[in-house]
Amino acid sequence: MIGILLDRLRLGRQTIAYPKGPARFPARFHGRPALHRERCREGCTECADACPTEAISGMGSPRLTLDMGACLFCARCQDACPEGAIAFTRDYRLAARTREELRVSGDEAVLARALDARLTRLFGRSLRLRQVSAAGCNGCEAELNAAGNVQFDLARFGVQFVASPRHADGMVVTGPVSENMRAALRATWEATPAPRLVVAVGACAISGGIFAGSSACHGGVAAALGVPVDLFIPGCPPHPVTILDGLLRMLGRVEGDRLQLAETGGVPR
Amino acid sequence: MEPGVLRLRSAEAVPAPAVPLLALEAFQGALAEGLAAGLRVVAYFGEPDGGESVRITAVLADDAARELVALSTAARGPVPSLSAAHPALQLFERELAEQHGLVPEGHPWMKPVRFEPGPSDRPDAWGRPRPLETIPGGYPFYAVEGEEVHEVAVGPVHAGIIEPGHFRFQCHGEEVFHLEIVLGYQHRGAEALLAAASSRRGAALAESLAGDTAVGHALAHARALEGLGGIAAPPRAAALRAVALELERLANHVGDLGALAGDVGFLPTASACGALRAEYLNALAELCGNRFGRGLVVPGGVRYDLTEDAAARLAERIEGAWRRTAASARVFFRAASVRNRTDGTGVVSRELARQLGLVGPAARASGVAVDARTSHPFPPYGGTPITLVTQGGGDVSARARLRRDEAERSAAFAAGQLRRLPGGPVLSPPPPPRPGRLAVSLVEGWRGEICHAVRTGPDGRVARYKVVDPSFHNWMGLQLAMRGGQVSDFPLVNKSFNLSYAGHDL
Repeated sequence: MIGILLDRLRLGRQTIAYPKGPARFPARFHGRPALHRERCREGCTECADACPTEAISGMGSPRLTLDMGACLFCARCQDACPEGAIAFTRDYRLAARTREELRVSGDEAVLARALDARLTRLFGRSLRLRQVSAAGCNGCEAELNAAGNVQFDLARFGVQFVASPRHADGMVVTGPVSENMRAALRATWEATPAPRLVVAVGACAISGGIFAGSSACHGGVAAALGVPVDLFIPGCPPHPVTILDGLLRMLGRVEGDRLQLAETGGVPR
Repeated sequence: MEPGVLRLRSAEAVPAPAVPLLALEAFQGALAEGLAAGLRVVAYFGEPDGGESVRITAVLADDAARELVALSTAARGPVPSLSAAHPALQLFERELAEQHGLVPEGHPWMKPVRFEPGPSDRPDAWGRPRPLETIPGGYPFYAVEGEEVHEVAVGPVHAGIIEPGHFRFQCHGEEVFHLEIVLGYQHRGAEALLAAASSRRGAALAESLAGDTAVGHALAHARALEGLGGIAAPPRAAALRAVALELERLANHVGDLGALAGDVGFLPTASACGALRAEYLNALAELCGNRFGRGLVVPGGVRYDLTEDAAARLAERIEGAWRRTAASARVFFRAASVRNRTDGTGVVSRELARQLGLVGPAARASGVAVDARTSHPFPPYGGTPITLVTQGGGDVSARARLRRDEAERSAAFAAGQLRRLPGGPVLSPPPPPRPGRLAVSLVEGWRGEICHAVRTGPDGRVARYKVVDPSFHNWMGLQLAMRGGQVSDFPLVNKSFNLSYAGHDL
């Protein structure tokens, strides 16, 4: 018994400082991509040729655009671009309320807007979510689980994952939605009482990700069910802090554009 | 079984026609003889041969000789089943039926595998016109009848944040007579995508086969393509890959210890290991920016290097994290309340593990000494062998202890590699795959043996990409481990296997 208590004492406080204090990321962390269209060399397609998911459009022109909803954040485009027109920043704030806002063309922060006054009043201090993995590879699922552990501790904001859609205020979907999961996903959505939110987590759930175009998948939750999505959290998988930040901004619990970043003190870039 | 087979090494590309094409009877005879002699099936897959037949290729592991054995046959129509005598083949035969319509006659457990559309418009091997509409209701469940016998059905959507699958228990009170697991919900058509993938997509696809095993699958993919291209990754890249593979093992094993602690209500270790798991994930992120090691391993090497100073600091971090993990594991294994739940729960005997062809921690916890890192080593595991550990009990406790023992060796190995990284480059992009070759690449991921078998066609493009995730071998082990147990122990037993749905369903 004493051993258990000593071990617990040694562990100390584990919960991260965010959102009051900074979130810590390794030097090589890939956050929001910043585009410098003016540097893009005409006719060059190096970035798109390196991209595993066709996330880049308008390459070789002043219309250069990167779709964070398809992006795996592997930074192969950054490595490939001879002109430095694409650079991944360490900004962990990636979530957006609409699909269009995920299409990046410059270097401006992407910040998820809060729900309207009625929904913020309903869900702002207590949000219960039902998670459905619809052919997710267990990457996003693992980070959603991590968001609830002692470090990230989503529950301190009144956000919890529940066992039944009947108890839920919304559904968090991961994966590209396989044909074999479509019926179960729809049943879960239908069993969730209105008003209900839909949150798409990860490139697969937003756009199909690396599985876009597969005949066995539907290209994400919006395409599979034809239901509106209230929050898109990009990444492959998104970092737990990105998930926290997206949910808290949607609930109006985090506001403003102050970026709170710290180094982990690990490997230099 | 020597005449009529081809011997090759893991990730070595051989001319595809060199794999002997035997008559069906001789093929099955050689296969049965090999399995009876203690060889293990690592891959067993079909592909249309252009005509009416299906070419079946079997790859067995001869662990003692550190070699693989390949043989093939052509079949059309029903094939006699070998599964009754060799249960390790049971799921492979069902997969052949589902993917190619080859019905295994006399199969003792003839059920669909992952509800893929069949090879043609005709009804499939189960007579299903539209297999996708039958999950899971039209599935031929094994049912127990009798007074006070009841069924418990769970899934595909589970209570926690877990991948989908359907579990059907046949119970008598608390006692489980039988558990049947129906998978396939996660089927994404990954093999077809991998075969058609450009090189820029291939590595990212491999990382998404099972997202908790991104490094393991990316490594199996990279080594297969390097073999087909006729090169090997530079030594410094090989060492960094091994560091990443062992960090992935550490993160998952430590996470599993925490989850097991959570399932028995031992909260100190549950919360500590949840946080400590992040130490290993974050170490991977220091290496490549991603907590799961995505984007690190590519054919030809790795995309990121470490300075000597950074490598030394990372080694220290890993050792420090392990010291804290070991302390937390110690209180867990000492607690009577833990032992009460884990000892003797969910037992798989050594004999059963061998028969079913279990791999990874599930096999080693039942005393079966199988580990691709020692039996089919590649650099740096050949030069710096990692000790193979086993446990005897085959229960939840043994699977937990095995994870601790393995994680301890992984931490020491990863730190050791980081302290003496070889010099030189970390990437030498491989030439395009040579045409008409077959490479079978084995990597010991944290769940067990990962196999990627890749064959190129005459144009050098990938003609068949077969993936065997360790979970494919192991799901039947979980089902049989529950027999005679209590239904309330299922979450615990399930967690002690911690198998991949996505890896199975592909």
